[in-house]
Amino acid sequence: MRQIAFYGKGGIGKSTTSQNTLAQLAKKFNQKIMIVGCDPKADSTRLILNTKAQQTVLHLAAERGSVEDLELADVIQQGFGEIQCVECGGPEPGVGCAGRGIITAINFLEEEGAYEGLDFVSYDVLGDVVCGGFAMPIREKKAEEIYIVCSGEMMAMYAANNIARGILKYANSGGVRLGGLICNSRNTDREDELITELARRLNTQMIHFVPRDNVVQHAELRRMTVTQYNEDHPQAAEYEKLAGKILDNDMLTIPTPISMEELEDLLMEFGVIEEEDAAVNK
Amino acid sequence: MGTDVIKSKQIVEEILENFPDKAKKDRKRHYEVMEEDYKADCSKCAIKSNIKSRPGVMTVRGCAYAGSKGVVWGPIKDMIHISHGPIGCGQYSWGTRRNYANGMLGINNFTAMQISSDFQETDIVFGGDKKLEVICREIKEMFPLAKGITIQSECPVGLIGDDIEAVAKKMSKELDIPIVPVRCEGFRGVSQSLGHHIANDAIRDFLMGRAELKECGPYDVNIIGDYNIGGDAWASRILLEEMGLRVIAQWSGDGTINEIMTAHKAKLNLIHCFRSMNYMCEVMENQYGIPSMEYNFFGPTKTIESLRAIAAHFDQTIQDNCEKVIAKYKGEMDAVIAKYRPRLEGKKVMLLVGGLRARHTIGAYEDLGMEIVATGYEFAHKDDYLKTIPELKQATILMDDPGAFELEELAQRLDIDLMGAGVKEKYVYHKMGIPFRQMHSWDYSGPYHGFDGFKIFARDMDMAISSPVWKLLKAPKQQEVMA
Repeated sequence: MRQIAFYGKGGIGKSTTSQNTLAQLAKKFNQKIMIVGCDPKADSTRLILNTKAQQTVLHLAAERGSVEDLELADVIQQGFGEIQCVECGGPEPGVGCAGRGIITAINFLEEEGAYEGLDFVSYDVLGDVVCGGFAMPIREKKAEEIYIVCSGEMMAMYAANNIARGILKYANSGGVRLGGLICNSRNTDREDELITELARRLNTQMIHFVPRDNVVQHAELRRMTVTQYNEDHPQAAEYEKLAGKILDNDMLTIPTPISMEELEDLLMEFGVIEEEDAAVNK
Repeated sequence: MGTDVIKSKQIVEEILENFPDKAKKDRKRHYEVMEEDYKADCSKCAIKSNIKSRPGVMTVRGCAYAGSKGVVWGPIKDMIHISHGPIGCGQYSWGTRRNYANGMLGINNFTAMQISSDFQETDIVFGGDKKLEVICREIKEMFPLAKGITIQSECPVGLIGDDIEAVAKKMSKELDIPIVPVRCEGFRGVSQSLGHHIANDAIRDFLMGRAELKECGPYDVNIIGDYNIGGDAWASRILLEEMGLRVIAQWSGDGTINEIMTAHKAKLNLIHCFRSMNYMCEVMENQYGIPSMEYNFFGPTKTIESLRAIAAHFDQTIQDNCEKVIAKYKGEMDAVIAKYRPRLEGKKVMLLVGGLRARHTIGAYEDLGMEIVATGYEFAHKDDYLKTIPELKQATILMDDPGAFELEELAQRLDIDLMGAGVKEKYVYHKMGIPFRQMHSWDYSGPYHGFDGFKIFARDMDMAISSPVWKLLKAPKQQEVMA
């Protein structure tokens, strides 16, 4: 069984990209998959389940008293491609501790043996690693491969670099490795070259360049992945390619995060920001 | 420098020699050996205090929660104090300070109770605010005569950012009783000392000056910082009242919320435990112009000195009464000394107590002819050390926040006859064959304050030292010799 995780800046399209890719991985490559949503918003599985939002582990635990009162069957739902779906859930914004919630939920899944018989467990994690709880999926004996979803926009690259820093920390204590950058295109200038270069500097690869296509939104509005909505669309083929690359990925590396200055230099090199802008930013 | 000073310095040096260089350098700054010229110029004393304990030294310090819940707020008897967080902090702070209080349990006295919000995993994840509201309502329902509630934060409450202030405000309105949120999360500060300060600030912000006294008199005083351990505050109060003073508030041993709210009407604040409540004395001085004075009711010498100093703040009537009170008890005290002094004369004592008694009790020991060879505090600040120096004899070792190893070594090298510290230390010293008294909780005894207290203090110290049990303790080597 392989445990993978998707990280990336908030709003970059982690959940969308991961669900579309995993749907193809299940359908075209016949892999048994479980998605563990680690975002209190609990929107990591809706395209697979074709529902609004799944009942979460923590919500049920709160209702019944504690996680010990839950059964696996209460929280796992099967969706498209026979993908098993779980949402950790968490408190509403501004109260409690969402990080602790993720730890609680993942411990519950492991203790109950939720991962038995699977080929892939995929964690879909909140935008930034804001505290220890959100780093839970990359600790020892959890996700071994991290895929960072990013784009050619500066803040997305900045976040990717920060996440690489987090991975580096846990790469030394545990066994986590960076599997690659997934460029979810925003149609910015020289985007593929830029991300390829960023990947090189981070000691990884741009595993795939996912072009921008409106069909993703069309499918999403119907709570579907592209392959379920329009199997023959070229965009579905892109996700299939990405799924294949992840399946065959043998480039798992310890990242080499770069400094803020280096990142700015990189952006200047590719003409994304002018020199004066960089000066202002400092 | 006398030879005794050199010897004391050598002992400290030798003990610290066991530490790695960095720890040694750090710990060294927490020691002073008294030299005669320190008394003339206290500023020569450079002891470091109120800074983070060194990991690994096994400090005896507590935490901010202990300072607030355990010391300052806990003794207020007609309020209910919620230990807000997981159960451990509440469980282990239950009834440990022995602060006595009059009243009917569950009616107008709740000190023997322990109320906790008993956090579970879901409370951490989803926040404990809703649970806290429910608890406040339950308290009002079960104990309708409780005059108020305090919320004593444990660590997790601060970590997850619960808004206890908002809950307190809302529920105070709903239940129509004062509800005081106290941000005394245990991880704050370096010891329980910050907890005292936080608790004082909460008194200032939520209760001080919120009620009026029907009649005020010229002789109204407050007892501040007496937690009525084993009845201490009662033994103190009786002397003040015999002098003709009226004690309008006891903070906080056997105290009530009303006493907290009306204390600003007093003419003088009498502060015993300076370290834990001087903050409020300062506030009352600034806002209401109430002067304050530190007094010491341990042992007849210091008690008499203090009584006279207190009386000096008032008119001739009080001063005359004061002399009468002293005369009344003098004979009794002399008899106590005559009885115990011959048995305790010259006995060497080492003390490690909180933030006050390491200096305040010295006089009581000296009244019994005992000698303090080393003394120190867990959580005192610079001002406490400066006040301690005049009480010390040459060559006495003064120490700040010493760890278990340092204390045990000192005890052996100084060949002490009595150790006075807390329950964490007690049994170690018993096993070492050294008589021990708990100087935080009076070892299930007390009171020790005032003239009544001194009788018990003298008896207890004699009982500890003169017990025949020590003669039965022999090291294995000695046992072989005997056989």
